[in-house]
Amino acid sequence: MWSWVLHRITGVAIFFFLLVHILDTALVRVSPEAYNAVIGTYQTPIMGLGEVALVGAIVFHAFNGLRIILIDFWSKGTRYQKVMFYVVIALWVLTMLAFTPRHLINVFSH
Amino acid sequence: MSATLDAPRTALRPARKRGVNWEKWGWIYMRVSGVVLVVLIFGHLFMNLIVGDGVSAIDFAFVGGKWADPFWQWWDVVMLWLALIHGGNGMRTLVNDYARGPRIRAALKLSILAAVAILILLGTLVVFTFEPCPVGQPADLLPSFCTA
Ligand code: HEM
Repeated sequence: MWSWVLHRITGVAIFFFLLVHILDTALVRVSPEAYNAVIGTYQTPIMGLGEVALVGAIVFHAFNGLRIILIDFWSKGTRYQKVMFYVVIALWVLTMLAFTPRHLINVFSH
Repeated sequence: MSATLDAPRTALRPARKRGVNWEKWGWIYMRVSGVVLVVLIFGHLFMNLIVGDGVSAIDFAFVGGKWADPFWQWWDVVMLWLALIHGGNGMRTLVNDYARGPRIRAALKLSILAAVAILILLGTLVVFTFEPCPVGQPADLLPSFCTA
């Protein structure tokens, strides 16, 4: 049940970010100054923390999405759905442990 | 005076028996696009947030350097289409689950469709009409190959 709630919430959050992200990237078609001004706001400490949250949401949605697909198509999927949920959590922790320090160093050291 | 309640999980309207089963194809699309998106999005995040100085290296010159290569143009355009349609269809599921009343449901679904269609059009145009070396712009903001 919680995997489903999290999958929904992360899916909606990513969708709304994607809408904004296409608009900010479209500024490359306006001028280099306009694009650099907006992308500069992505490089501030507060946004840096937001990016950790965003990547965390995407990584969870991606791994749990693969779990949903395995439940649907793998003949033993339903039997192992709970084990696979713990695998999703473990892979998520590992990915975030690899990503977060590196990203925060990039954000805070520039 | 007795109110009638439908049995739980009664469909709003009976399932279609003839013609294309769009809900089934939507269901399949969510799974197929999901698998491809894992590759495209993880590659995108790796190139833009992990390699080099990550997010602090992103500027106009960085984007210009990437989109000078048709490989990354197509990568980003395929990701754009797949993700917006996947996300839009997912949002439609949420409207079906939570929104009450035919007018609100229709309005919300129309808004989702409009947002997805407009952004696919905008994003595709931006990627393919992009000019990495626009004339009259300060050289220090442009990719290094512009002055070469
Ligand atoms: C990273 C790769 C991704 C994978 C593997 C993935 C996988 C899935 C799967 C399997 C579903 C369930 C569909 C169903 O139950 O019928 C789903 C739902 C959804 N996805 Fe994704 N997805 C990915 C990326 C995205 C992105 C980028 C967005 C946003 C633009 C997104 C937004 C949604 C939404 C809003 C739902 C509906 C949630 C629900 O019905 O509870 N997903 N995804």
